[in-house]
Amino acid sequence: MISIALFALLFLVGWGFFGWNMLKIRSNILLGKEINRSDNRKERIRTTILIALGQKKMFTRPIPALLHLAIYSAFMITQIELIEIFVDGFTPEAHRIFRPPLGGFYTFMISFIEILTVFALIATIIFLSRRNLLKLPRLNMKEMKGWPKMDANMILFMEIILVTCIFMMNGADEVLYQQGLSHANDVLGQTGGSMNFTVSSFLGPLLFDGMEPATLHVIERIGWWGHIIMVFSFLNYLAYSKHLHIIFAFPNTYYSNLEKKGRLTNMESVTTEVKLMMDPTADPYATPPEGAAEPQRFGAKDATDLTWKNLLDSYSCTECGRCTSSCPANITGKLLSPRKIMMDTRDRIAEMGDNFRKHGKDYDDGKSLLGDYISEEEIWACTSCNACVQECPINIDPLSIIIDLRRYLVMEESKLPAELAGMATNIENNGAPWQFSPTDRLNWKDEV
Amino acid sequence: MGLHVPTMAEMMAKGESPEILFWVGCAGSFDDRAKKITKALVKILNKCNVDFAVLGTEESCTGDPAKRAGNEFTFQMQAMMNIQILDGYEVKKIVTACPHCFNTLKNEYPELGGNYEVIHHTQLIQELINQGKLALKDGDTFKGKKITFHDPCYLGRANDVYEAPRSLIEKLDAELVEMKRCKTKGLCCGAGGAQMFKEAEKGNKEINVERTEDALETKADIIATGCPFCNTMMTDGLKNFNKEGEIEVLDVAELIASAADL
Repeated sequence: MISIALFALLFLVGWGFFGWNMLKIRSNILLGKEINRSDNRKERIRTTILIALGQKKMFTRPIPALLHLAIYSAFMITQIELIEIFVDGFTPEAHRIFRPPLGGFYTFMISFIEILTVFALIATIIFLSRRNLLKLPRLNMKEMKGWPKMDANMILFMEIILVTCIFMMNGADEVLYQQGLSHANDVLGQTGGSMNFTVSSFLGPLLFDGMEPATLHVIERIGWWGHIIMVFSFLNYLAYSKHLHIIFAFPNTYYSNLEKKGRLTNMESVTTEVKLMMDPTADPYATPPEGAAEPQRFGAKDATDLTWKNLLDSYSCTECGRCTSSCPANITGKLLSPRKIMMDTRDRIAEMGDNFRKHGKDYDDGKSLLGDYISEEEIWACTSCNACVQECPINIDPLSIIIDLRRYLVMEESKLPAELAGMATNIENNGAPWQFSPTDRLNWKDEV
Repeated sequence: MGLHVPTMAEMMAKGESPEILFWVGCAGSFDDRAKKITKALVKILNKCNVDFAVLGTEESCTGDPAKRAGNEFTFQMQAMMNIQILDGYEVKKIVTACPHCFNTLKNEYPELGGNYEVIHHTQLIQELINQGKLALKDGDTFKGKKITFHDPCYLGRANDVYEAPRSLIEKLDAELVEMKRCKTKGLCCGAGGAQMFKEAEKGNKEINVERTEDALETKADIIATGCPFCNTMMTDGLKNFNKEGEIEVLDVAELIASAADL
């Protein structure tokens, strides 16, 4: 009974704290501006299945894709075993409660999980080596110093602990089973043999043979409790980590931009003004109609000027750096890193959300995304080539943030490189970005 | 033989309206190198008796560089003026040799009321060849030559057009060699997002130099592009390696025009 009470407490605190943090993140994301991404449901579901569930875009880089697939599939399939652990945890004297009804299928299922878990362990070790020994450039850039690096390593270490617990649990249980002393024996009245799980039937005796039954029971329990405690720790760590992508990848892909990548959003507020300017009958001094919306800021200065999808993007980013490693500006040594754009956006909206909750929704800490997090030099280095958008395995769009920051600088502060100001003047005066006379536009026809 | 380039105004005066508008673009109208691409395309259009016209002096910048530079006002002013003119002539279909114009007209004008079928010139040329309207001579213009294609971002990633320009190069008596970064992974030439009109930020290399290295690695004799800005950037890149005498940068339209002996 004590164990059930402990389990119930763990269960409630684990889910409760996680839920509370998720609500906080949700309210942070909803600080963003509205954008309609609920059209075309069928296409969205298709995209989610292909890109998120099917990991289609991961496979443009096959090696990390396969390693990631090992961890991903082990994680997905382990959820089945986790259901059993939940049921066992709440049922008095229960142990492997699905084994009697499922029989041979149970053996197959756990064996399958065990094999995938071994692959996941290998992949985790390779991932750790890629980060820390091979020092892959994209995993060791400037923006990855400090917490992001530790975050990545902690996730991988937690995975190793998780796997260790699973094999402690199954391995010790196997040895006990062979002696007829596992709780799993009691249920079916079996007094020996093997549970026949592919990995633990071999690994268990190898590690634990000859140990006292009492010790084995302790090892098995440490494995069981360690595993479930790690599961809840992991769950609650997500809210503070880039690892949140294991959940957010799905909604983020569902709400992705389905338009051609070349299409930038149209600014409605500008359209209204341009129409007025072009309407010869419009009265420039007319007072705005009753109930007209407050004029909004053009573009984005701070994280709350971005759309909720930009903010969802930022929380979904797992800092893999495929975007940055394909960014022409970054490749040639410029400051711009699309990954940093996403990380800055997330850190800033988290900070703003905390501030609003603490000091009220009108609180201004005097900081802003543009300036305190992202510099002008970064955003002017972008060629809008869409390589970052193309590369992102879960359809994050750093380009739309960059463009919105540029819009703010240009339209609110008139701060832009002098050549670009000249270019705009040329377009307005001559209808071309260069200083040519519009009357010469067709001269090429008669030139030899 | 001179080029036959009717304007929309001339055609309207005669009570005619062409099947397709050739949107020349600012580079195609004013840039000396790009004007050659414009003429190559006109030669192809003339050869195939395509019923087309240009706007001539009524054409104006689509607003693409302004929009990418964050200047939505200038963009929308340009867009609205252009849409008024295009709709005034009841334009239905547009072809352009500039992927930036292509992208803007195709993707960003509809929301402002301008709805047209917009195609890139490589798509039109592909169509003309497939319909048997344009035949390539059996000459040895490109025999034994290696050609690599540099994907313009606004044609490739931005609009998923990868196949049309390649299918044209494959029709030539030449070998198409791909750069290590191509198609969806193609590296930008460095001109997009209004970079064409400004100095690059501080870094350790120019983007067009990085991209030219990709092209040089293929040992290609010709770098083919489908964008006047990529053309400039790659040409400058070759100059950086003193290779401008050995390797040519040509638009796909120019390749086809010379293979068709135009």
